[in-house]
Amino acid sequence: MLITIAQGAIGATGFAAAFLFMYGLKRMSSPATAASGIRVAGIGMLIAVLASFFYAFDVNAAARPLIAMNLALAVVALAVGGSIAWWVGKTVKMTAMPQMVAIYNGMGGGAAGAIAAVELFGNGAHGLTQLVVTLLGALIGAISLSGSLIAWAKLDSILKKPLQFRGQQAINAVVAIVMVAVGALIVVAGTGGPALVLPLPGLIALFFGLALLLGILATLPIGGADMPVVISIYNACTGIAVGFEGYVLQNPALMIAGMVVGAAGTLLTLLMAKAMNRSVTSVLFKTFGPGKKQKHGAIAGAEKPIGAGDAAIYMRYAQSVIIVPGYGLAVSQGQQKLYDFVKLLVTAGVKVRFAIHPVAGRMPGQMDVLLAEAGVPYDMIFQLADINEDFATTDVALVIGANDVVNPAARTDKSSPIYGMPILNVDLAKRAYVVKRGQGKGYAGIVNGLFYAPNTEMVYGDAAAVLSQMIEAVRGLGAAAA
Amino acid sequence: MTVNDFTGLYIFMLAAFAGWVIIGNVPAILHTPLMSGSNFVHGIVVVGGIFALLNATNALEQAVGFTAVLLGAGNAAGGYAVTVRMLAMFKSSDAKPQHHKHARAHAHHLKKA
Repeated sequence: MLITIAQGAIGATGFAAAFLFMYGLKRMSSPATAASGIRVAGIGMLIAVLASFFYAFDVNAAARPLIAMNLALAVVALAVGGSIAWWVGKTVKMTAMPQMVAIYNGMGGGAAGAIAAVELFGNGAHGLTQLVVTLLGALIGAISLSGSLIAWAKLDSILKKPLQFRGQQAINAVVAIVMVAVGALIVVAGTGGPALVLPLPGLIALFFGLALLLGILATLPIGGADMPVVISIYNACTGIAVGFEGYVLQNPALMIAGMVVGAAGTLLTLLMAKAMNRSVTSVLFKTFGPGKKQKHGAIAGAEKPIGAGDAAIYMRYAQSVIIVPGYGLAVSQGQQKLYDFVKLLVTAGVKVRFAIHPVAGRMPGQMDVLLAEAGVPYDMIFQLADINEDFATTDVALVIGANDVVNPAARTDKSSPIYGMPILNVDLAKRAYVVKRGQGKGYAGIVNGLFYAPNTEMVYGDAAAVLSQMIEAVRGLGAAAA
Repeated sequence: MTVNDFTGLYIFMLAAFAGWVIIGNVPAILHTPLMSGSNFVHGIVVVGGIFALLNATNALEQAVGFTAVLLGAGNAAGGYAVTVRMLAMFKSSDAKPQHHKHARAHAHHLKKA
């Protein structure tokens, strides 16, 4: 009787959770309803987690004597893991959002991998299909865990440079092949055959070790600007791993939630790759940039510097200004100053809009979040497809800390490694100001012809410092006029 | 409830389509909150972790199960916290947020000084 009630409660809350997740994600498709969407999904999560304690009435015979201790462990793990992550999530800087998403995602992958480990060590997976699905979930979850940790270290600048060496692909391939072989041995031993090479627990441990190693090796060579793709991929991976473990545990809520996220992450991955005009495989398996340096002499002209104040005053008397923010703005934490400057321009009657490239920053949509944090209303923010035609008729395009996404070579130079990538057409504006830390190339190491164009002037300096000077200059005008 | 192999495939197929369609309609401006929101949704893995931990029969399984719940809880709680924070910041020009007033008062103050 008690078992039936427990199973019913878990089934019903799982169903409710799956519905609330879908409905919540649906509400996230518009900025106006998105905040309520995540709360709806949160309610689903809360009831599903609470109801999962009903599993206590339905544990296997061998676990019954340990149930009190296991329950206590579960409560402690929930409280510790939940409260630390909650606190960090509430206090972390907005500019650190990409690494936070990476680490939370890695935790999900690790959890899926750990569930698979419990099932494998405890012989919980029965039959060929279950065993194979468990192993797949273990593999994807473990790769997602270690890969996300490396991505986090890169985003947090703990790991500074992509680590690339000769024979990298070959080593990865060998690790992958050995891992598959070990997986096959586990399947043989788990379906009643002999445990070859190592005893079964040894094989399982080796399998996890190889999967974790593969996640590390696969992520190490990938550079910072490719992170939007990488984060999306690991998000999809964790979703799929969770879905697979849901199948093994016979829990449809996990299967649905996992697969929805798997599909969502896959879609985002493809969108990001398209925005960089690269295939997902080339992001993962090909080195980019250093090997294909362009000759500097290919571009005529020189970079023309201008003071921040002069540029600001020119913009103050312009009709329209389009601002292109990039990762450099995030690095200097200049988003609040930028919006203060924009408010001055708007008050002076200038039409100001923001143009966001899909892969600006280190994760999909990072610039949108930074601008929202500063208080920029979302109807001032435009995506590439919606604003690109307007550059030709705008007085000033102000580029702040962006480089490759405004490089006209993507449109004109067939020999350029970024040829074909959709870019923001800043070079077509009547005048372009580029705020940049110094003379140098972008992430991809490609010369940017925009900087040498006759209608482009360079404002050198840290974005936040430059914007402070710009604000001063425009305020100074106001005082003089009064 | 039991899910046999083919029912499982059906669930996966339908869920994948649903995810693709729902997410396909999300505008690019919301891609980061969407990513952390879907990140939160796979935090449901914590339920599986609780199942595995409650069924643990020895110290090794308890340790690994504990890790699963710990990580899953972190995934769910952290994912929720950052998503709510981010979404609270998205405002349109019509709904004048308090933030503006603060910034304006601040600017005014600076001008005086």
